[in-house]
Amino acid sequence: MQVHLRNPTRVIEVSGRRKVHALLVELGLNRESHLVIRNGTLVPGDGELDADDVIEIRPVISGGA
Amino acid sequence: MHVPSKCRVCREPAIIDLPRHNANFCAEHFLELCRRQVTKAIEQWKLLDHDDRILVAVSGGKDSLAVWDLLIELGYRADGLYVGLGIGDYSDVSADHARAFARSRDLHLIEISLRGEYGYDIPTAAKATRRVPCSACGLSKRHLFDKAAIDRGYTALVTGHNLDDEAAVLLGNTLRWEIDYLARQLPLLPARDGFPKKVKPLVRLTERETAAWCVVRGIDYLVDECPMAVGNKHLHHKATLNAIEAESPGSKASFYLNFVERMAPLLAGRLADDREALGTCAECGAPTSGEVCAFCRLVTVASAHERVPVELVTRGRR
Ligand code: SF4
Ligand SMILES: [Zn+2]
Ligand SMILES: [Zn+2]
Repeated sequence: MQVHLRNPTRVIEVSGRRKVHALLVELGLNRESHLVIRNGTLVPGDGELDADDVIEIRPVISGGA
Repeated sequence: MHVPSKCRVCREPAIIDLPRHNANFCAEHFLELCRRQVTKAIEQWKLLDHDDRILVAVSGGKDSLAVWDLLIELGYRADGLYVGLGIGDYSDVSADHARAFARSRDLHLIEISLRGEYGYDIPTAAKATRRVPCSACGLSKRHLFDKAAIDRGYTALVTGHNLDDEAAVLLGNTLRWEIDYLARQLPLLPARDGFPKKVKPLVRLTERETAAWCVVRGIDYLVDECPMAVGNKHLHHKATLNAIEAESPGSKASFYLNFVERMAPLLAGRLADDREALGTCAECGAPTSGEVCAFCRLVTVASAHERVPVELVTRGRR
């Protein structure tokens, strides 16, 4: 699957199916600070991602006063 | 075969897992939960009533657009105020998001430009004062939001601070035992001479929840971070709290909400003390403990400095 990431913006390829949780763990990302979006829709932690999915992992943490 | 998780309320397929509620929710019931949390905050701390004329501090990011959207949905009257900070592309793009949102819902957005009206921008102010950009930025925004609310007759100034923001500031203030800052860290600061009532309706929602609100509602907010925020302490505190949250869901909420309930009342005397000391700024009339307020001093220094491009300031901070 194609995974779009930010900070910095980049695209990585991950092979095979994954649960959202497993993918976040694999990428070292805390689920409390990210949302996973597929075709404009949120996918929950135990949602299954297919090998040909295009997904966005969106950080939700903003900095500043 | 994989069985997708179900909404706690209606058993339809879920779109989000919320570990702190130990449950999953479909889109409809997730929105319902957000509305309930905001309503609960408003009622619990008497933040707003339906007669209030509300001014929302709007940045174009998820929190400010979510709070504006939620208040309108809940039947409040609210205009927005956007302050152009002059932080390169980030400011240009964030203004576009704020305007597009206002236009899409036929809401009134007031705009103020730091460079246009006060002769400086945040990168220049940071260089001129030799402080971190967020310090000049926070000072400028606080002053201009307060002033706009007072001058234009709004009865409440709303900001989009969420649970993660408040918990991170609380952690920072607690690590240094900043008693006076702690005393002021409340979801409601009542109006007083020269200051509007200040309200934070989102403090019962995490950042992940406010972002999810925007995604589900189709709000096109600016996802990219302000380039000035990179590596700041506030972000470290958030990451620390999220590491704790991952081990023990609900920690952020109990840290902040129990502070407000149990600790803040013990500090109320400190809040009363600092209320007595204020006079008015000789230049702009804003409340201040000095002769000239911190904002007017910042304007003097920053507008006299040659313009500094945003790249020069961010590069030094990476
Ligand atoms: S991160 Fe700092 S400089 Fe950027 S908008 Fe927020 S407070 Fe201002
Ligand atoms: Zn449901
Ligand atoms: Zn002043």
